Amino acid sequence: MTLTALIALLSHWRRKPGQLATLIIGLGLATALWTSVQAINAEARASYDEASATLGGGTVMVLTAADGRIPVSTWSRLRRDGWAATPVIEGEFIAGRERFTLRGIEPLSAPGGEAAIAPGDQALGLAFLTAPGLLLVAPESVEALRAMDGLPPVEASAAVARGEIITDIAVAARLLGRGDQIDAILVDTSARSGLTPLDQLVPELERRTGTSNGEVAQLTGSFHLNLTAFGFLSFAVGLFIVYAAIGLAFEQRRATLRTLRALGTPVWSIMAALILEALALALLAGAIGVVLGYVVASALLPGVAATLRGLYGASVSGALAVRPEWWVSGFAIAVLGALAATALSIRRAATLPLLASAQPRAWALASARRFVQQAMVAGGLLLIAALIPQFFSGIIAGFALLACLLVGAAVILPPALALVLHLIQRIARGPIAEWFLADTRQQLPGLSLALMALMLALATNIGVGTMVSSFRLTFEGWLDQRLAAELYVTTSDEAQSEQIRQWLEPRTDAVLPIWNADTEIAGRPGEVYGVIDHATYRDNWPLLTATEDAWDVIAAGDGVLVNEQSWRTLGLSLGDPVELDSGSPLTLVGVYSDYGNPNAQAIIGLDALTARYGETVSRLRYGLRLAPEEVATLSEALQAEFDLPANGVIDQASIKAFSLAVFERTFAVTAALNVLTLSVAAFAMFASLLTLASMRLPQLAPVWALGLSRASLARLELLRASVLALLTWLIALPTGLILAWVLLAVVNVEAFGWRLPMHVFPLDWLILAGLAVLAALIAALLPARSLIKRPPREFLQIFAQER
Amino acid sequence: MRIVLLLLAAILLSAPATAQGFAGLGTEVEGFATPQRGTRFDFPADHGAHPEYRIEWWYLTAVLEDADGTQYGAQWTLFRSALEPQSGDGWQSPQLWMGHAAVTTPTAHYHAERLARGGLGVAGVEASPFEAYIDEWVMRSASDRLVPGEDALSALDLSARGEEFSYALALDAEGPLVFHGDHGFSVKSAGGQASYYYTQPFYRLTGTLALPGGDVEVTGRAWLDREYSSQPLSETQLGWDWVSFHLDSGEKLMGFQLRQSDGSVYTSASWITANGELTTYADGDLTLTALETAAVAGCNVPVRWRVELPARGLEVEISAINAQSWMPTLFSYWEGPVSVEGSHGGRGYLEMTGYGE
Repeated sequence: MTLTALIALLSHWRRKPGQLATLIIGLGLATALWTSVQAINAEARASYDEASATLGGGTVMVLTAADGRIPVSTWSRLRRDGWAATPVIEGEFIAGRERFTLRGIEPLSAPGGEAAIAPGDQALGLAFLTAPGLLLVAPESVEALRAMDGLPPVEASAAVARGEIITDIAVAARLLGRGDQIDAILVDTSARSGLTPLDQLVPELERRTGTSNGEVAQLTGSFHLNLTAFGFLSFAVGLFIVYAAIGLAFEQRRATLRTLRALGTPVWSIMAALILEALALALLAGAIGVVLGYVVASALLPGVAATLRGLYGASVSGALAVRPEWWVSGFAIAVLGALAATALSIRRAATLPLLASAQPRAWALASARRFVQQAMVAGGLLLIAALIPQFFSGIIAGFALLACLLVGAAVILPPALALVLHLIQRIARGPIAEWFLADTRQQLPGLSLALMALMLALATNIGVGTMVSSFRLTFEGWLDQRLAAELYVTTSDEAQSEQIRQWLEPRTDAVLPIWNADTEIAGRPGEVYGVIDHATYRDNWPLLTATEDAWDVIAAGDGVLVNEQSWRTLGLSLGDPVELDSGSPLTLVGVYSDYGNPNAQAIIGLDALTARYGETVSRLRYGLRLAPEEVATLSEALQAEFDLPANGVIDQASIKAFSLAVFERTFAVTAALNVLTLSVAAFAMFASLLTLASMRLPQLAPVWALGLSRASLARLELLRASVLALLTWLIALPTGLILAWVLLAVVNVEAFGWRLPMHVFPLDWLILAGLAVLAALIAALLPARSLIKRPPREFLQIFAQER
Repeated sequence: MRIVLLLLAAILLSAPATAQGFAGLGTEVEGFATPQRGTRFDFPADHGAHPEYRIEWWYLTAVLEDADGTQYGAQWTLFRSALEPQSGDGWQSPQLWMGHAAVTTPTAHYHAERLARGGLGVAGVEASPFEAYIDEWVMRSASDRLVPGEDALSALDLSARGEEFSYALALDAEGPLVFHGDHGFSVKSAGGQASYYYTQPFYRLTGTLALPGGDVEVTGRAWLDREYSSQPLSETQLGWDWVSFHLDSGEKLMGFQLRQSDGSVYTSASWITANGELTTYADGDLTLTALETAAVAGCNVPVRWRVELPARGLEVEISAINAQSWMPTLFSYWEGPVSVEGSHGGRGYLEMTGYGE
């Protein structure tokens, strides 16, 4: 019986293949976006786990020298003593306009061996080890490096993050001019026992435990939550499509259901058939969605990897593996979504009055009452959204606020649109205009879900766009200020550092040491920098808040500046004592913005730095002030005079370009998800209009009979779609701006530790309005075309039939 | 002849399906020196490394016994493989080193492997005073026991360590170095491939094995092989079965068969008298017949053999002390102690390559 009912119900789709396609594509797209986000998150998590496993499950100790370099013989000594130690050389390397982190590893002693070089790609092994060696880079960077002369062969590897070059340590030593010096030694302290302790063997080296999985996971947690929220939003938008399609199908199948019931099919049979149908559709769409999600995730992953690297220094593989955790979740959400969307239909089927006929108009009229209900629900949600910041804080509260805001705004859309149309109708003149507005209002219930989807997509677009643009503007301004020196020099060792400093003094306006030491700031690991008393800082350093005499106090060695991140996390106020791990606490005299740095940082006077940290201060870098036209000459002279490491001299423009490139990559993913969400919404609109078109003949026929040509009717259809899109955009605008504010002032502060000023970009809004109208027009075009082509016979038949 | 494992060089090389011989050893040589008949050895320099040859090894196997009579085997091997025929300095050195160590008991087989590049003091071989090392593993002249004027290899200290075992052994030679083939020029195929090959088979040793069950004091005999070459296998040779015997009579036998791709074998044997006089036997004089195989690491490996050298009236059966003496290293192979019974009694070591995939 259930089977018969199911076959009868399924026959509907044979008659309406377009509707079936809509349903499957809608659910498929929604699943795809969700799955892709899950896949990216799963890959990132797997990379963190793998990283900690490769490094011996978090038992890796990193040995570094206070003055920056370690003789390679120190490493040999550790090996000869039995320690599982591997050397690392790391440095900056500029190729063309791109700046890379060049990392030289020693595959023979590295934990995980050659697998660490390029997982699953043993073919690279020998070439990697033998002269001239091999540079492994992310696929996007291959061209830039191949264009350079004098480099070893370049190979693309998905295992390498963007902005990174992995090569054999011999090649790295040559390219960076390191000779027999290395930067760090990694020791797997769990591998072997009974050895001479490291503090006796190499007392001169600093020991710290490598970044454990926990820290990275914590740091990146908010980022992944962010992505998940985005994925869920996309899914919600997609669900509107499914809900609309299933709702319509139900309306159209009332007659079938009635007939089945009249023939004696029990209610539970029909319900079972509806559930089975939903499951079948969900599995089909889920499969499509999971495959599509994989494609999307593969395309986005390199960008995400770059973001994670740029923001948190977390290394994530650029290649996507098929993992059950995300494809199962993709299917699960497709099934759940389909069942949720079918729930209403099932309930209606259960209570279907046996003798009632199809009543589309009554259904529409009843919605007047529904508008009131909707408005009340929306009001409630928006009120909660407004109250959340008063009572709660934290990233979860931020997302709860976003959820209430977006759902509230979506739910209020239909009543608001109805109200606006009603108001316009009052002042409208002429029968066609009045009919047009009345008819638009009548269509609202059928279109409302698609319009909600469009509204959400537009609001997200405005919100996220505003956030990214605000960030970019702030960031650029901040870079301009902060990178005040014209030239930056990195020296090889302290002796050379001092030599270069003396050489530079008479040749520049000022030599600003960029010296720093690792420290703990109020118990959190971080870095402290020393500054000399110079106008460059007073004029350019961007302070968020500061005491009047901040720079004087710093120069005197009595005060400290901290970055915004630590200021917020530690809840400090000006005048508070700040505990550094060396010497007595210093008074907080100011806070500076420090975008893109996940760690704590502080600035004190240079003399205070050397006095407190002594030998542990790294004294290798300088910022130089000089006339811009002398930059090139001095840069060349420096290179010629001293044996500087490759990329030892970098001008301001290169650093800015590099920083902005990191920024652009960071938000490339957000932009891509944004466009995808908007496309899904446009598709929702198209699907709804297409299905409505066939149902609207009874409304159009009388108007046609009264003398309005098919072409005019089609034009009115297009106009209607545009007007609705425009009105939706009007409501999306404030929603999007509030969204942007929440992202900038709540979510960003929690996720990254910095708050950004909000900038508005009206031109972008106008462009988006244009896009929304365009999307609506494209969506309405096909139904309008078929209206023009529809033979008059069909219009006439309307009067002969009672639907 | 000794196991000719070429280092990572070849494994890292994506050995195509057509790779010749075991571990790519049959491949052509370019720029490397080739052994010449009639070359005189120069000691102690020749105990050290020869970077101009592609491969070289210091290969020691020991048959051991504790106070209860339980039999053990121990292995200590250092391989050198050159990517280019020069020594090079620092990171740029093209010399790669691989260490293998193992301890075999009747019920367990422990092994360890170390890899390192040359030129940095992590691995290498110094001729004088003699020291072969990789990480903390060493084989060095025992300066306190070495009689002045004696060969540098005649008194050695040996140690190695893995995750589950370690050992420290003291070795003293009771006889002279022995040079295989034509004064150390050892031919490896009818096609003329050859290597320099000499042996110190007369060690007596004492020492301690540290095993998961506790320390074991052992005594026994050891055999050290020195071999270097640039292309020891012909391209049609797939692998080999190699034996070394310490016979109760005080005599020693080294023999091997190279298995060719057409199913035939190339055999060679060296008979060493108790005072170190060597007789070389040509292809066909020695026969090795597999009697019984065991499933080891997914392969069928012969663990009992009949070994016949009619010219010496030798007809013995050898059986593995532990059939599972598999070395699952970069290049995997079977290497373990055997008992010798039949016309002659004694102990020995068996090595088999080319049985894996």
